[in-house]
Amino acid sequence: MQNMRRKVLKAGGGVALYALLVAAGWLKPGDAAAQSWNKSAFEAKTLDEALKVFGGGSSAQSKDIVFVSTPDIAENGAVVPIGITSSIPKTEAIAILIEKNPNPLAAIFEIPPGTEPAIGTRVKMAQTSNVYALVKADGKYYVASKEIKVTLGGCGG
Amino acid sequence: MPDPMKIRATVVGDSTEVRVLMSHEMETGQRKDAQGNVIPAWFIQNVVVAHKGRPVLNAQWGTAIAKNPFLSFKFKGGAKGDKIEITWVDNRGEKRTDETAIG
Repeated sequence: MQNMRRKVLKAGGGVALYALLVAAGWLKPGDAAAQSWNKSAFEAKTLDEALKVFGGGSSAQSKDIVFVSTPDIAENGAVVPIGITSSIPKTEAIAILIEKNPNPLAAIFEIPPGTEPAIGTRVKMAQTSNVYALVKADGKYYVASKEIKVTLGGCGG
Repeated sequence: MPDPMKIRATVVGDSTEVRVLMSHEMETGQRKDAQGNVIPAWFIQNVVVAHKGRPVLNAQWGTAIAKNPFLSFKFKGGAKGDKIEITWVDNRGEKRTDETAIG
């Protein structure tokens, strides 16, 4: 099985072929997910760059994206709790971007149907910055932002 | 071998709430050691959560996720005793899978 997959990838390589194999049940989708990491988006150095690579260049401000249990002031930038809830129907993915971090994109969460578009995690912040929640819903992008003040940066040596 | 994850999955109404605490350095690649050498980045890149074999959350992470990452979310369905399986993969290709039963 493992061997065959290698050959298939080598021979065809195409995303379409891969999708077809997943659909046909030859490959577990989990395998594919475990290997995808949006390198160019995560390595982007500015917010605009990250948004462009991620495909959210033109996104509408939305009041349906809410930050929950997220502080206004973070005393320790090394551990900043972030909670994001989207009430936009058909939310497919939620991304967290921190404008003033060396690499703004912090995380992408893909939300399959049946999973609630609400996630919570903890991030590092280099300094006081706007934090953006980018939501992809039904193929469109929406964004909300919140400023978090940091009194002690999280990326110092 | 990295330390096991702490996973708590509980039924809340008609959803299951999953809370995970992973054990990982999450080194950013921005810091320097005492000799001034850059400490290479070392962080979790992918997290997959599955309920009875079906993925309920896929995450891609960058270096900005805090050390010993925390993650919480909810999905519809799930009953007491169902298996929740979580796997992470870091940028060195190291991998860890842990599972728990919904309580």
